[in-house]
Amino acid sequence: MIREFGTGDIVYLVFAARWTLALTALAFTGGACVGLVLAVMRISSLAPLRILASCYIQIVQGTPLLVWLFLFYFGLSIAGLPVNAWTAAAFAYSIYGGAFLGEIWRGALIAVAPTQWEAGASLGLTYVQQMRHIIMPQAVRIATPPTIGFLVQLIKNTSLAATIGFVELTREGQLTSASTYKPFAVYMTVACIYFLICFPLTQWSRRLEERFNVAR
Amino acid sequence: MKYGLQFRDVFAAWEFLLDGLVLTLALSVATMVLGFFLGLACACAKTYGGVRFKRGVTVYIETIRNTPLLVQIFLLYFGLPSLGLRLEGFEAALIALVINLGAYSTEIIRAGLEAIPKSQIEAGQSLGLTPWQIFRYIIVFPALKAMYPALSSQFILLMLATSVVSQISVQDLFHVGSIIQSRTFRDFEVYTVIGGIYLALAFMMRGVFAVIYRQVFAR
Repeated sequence: MIREFGTGDIVYLVFAARWTLALTALAFTGGACVGLVLAVMRISSLAPLRILASCYIQIVQGTPLLVWLFLFYFGLSIAGLPVNAWTAAAFAYSIYGGAFLGEIWRGALIAVAPTQWEAGASLGLTYVQQMRHIIMPQAVRIATPPTIGFLVQLIKNTSLAATIGFVELTREGQLTSASTYKPFAVYMTVACIYFLICFPLTQWSRRLEERFNVAR
Repeated sequence: MKYGLQFRDVFAAWEFLLDGLVLTLALSVATMVLGFFLGLACACAKTYGGVRFKRGVTVYIETIRNTPLLVQIFLLYFGLPSLGLRLEGFEAALIALVINLGAYSTEIIRAGLEAIPKSQIEAGQSLGLTPWQIFRYIIVFPALKAMYPALSSQFILLMLATSVVSQISVQDLFHVGSIIQSRTFRDFEVYTVIGGIYLALAFMMRGVFAVIYRQVFAR
């Protein structure tokens, strides 16, 4: 039976967006953990660590996210874990997000003047203390606008999880479109919801960037 | 039971994989060329055009950059027929990708155009050059050089993003992978091979872009 595309469906789609947000939160948390380790490895004084991190980033940034999603979706069963869209998505997005955040944060870390490290060292601070009290606070300021920019990228890319059957906004759109047979109205609504989530973040990122450029 | 990886079935379908590879390459190259010119037109409109042009281009860029590519493709492929316009899978994919790349490259190209110091343009004017001559001899080359790194990485991201068109049954590399997977059930092996091919493509593009840069700009 074909039903009408009405207010109820729109409300339903809006509610499906919470799974997009939940997946984004999960992806960002996982990606941030991986990215932080990678960024610190990339600026390490030990060459093997630098090379390892750089290889990881080259490989992940050179393969489509879709491949990672499918690899984990099917690979989990080989590793003896139950096949589950949540787990597969969590792994795939952490790996993908880590590569991009690692690169962004490395840029922020090396943008802090090297004399800042030396100043910390001359005060007798250890590496961890220098990082924690001197470098990080300055790097965070530099890294915030591009990190928000990548967050927008991540929100949009969670739509790809629909392909492994993860029910978020795009998948809910596919289901609604199949039952109401109003694809144009449905996907327009879906696009609008994404826009309403992403646009304020884009604007925020831009404002922060402008403010940062003025301060410098 | 222990799972043993078997790549034989995947490589047996190498001709099929090659077809997919060719389609992915064709789609990427066509999108790069068309998307670049769309971006160039929009960037010129935004930099040199009137207020109405600027506003129109801004609305276009913000709309595209704040919605997922997958939804844009679905809208063109599944949505447009209900408005009476039916597109083939490849057409819908190409149009969606060009519109998408156009929006991203506009900002990159605009930054390149704005990197030209105003004094150079004024120097051209004082020599009596026409606006076209100024564009041709003073702006284009340094602007291309300034935008080249960002634009080439955007092109590589685009090539990887073309894998999304598999979702509307365009037989690109990724879709071919899904078909082989459904025939052989060697899922993990298939996607490892597909991922490897994409990686090789990405490295190849990076190499080609580096050579072009050295040949054209680094002199």
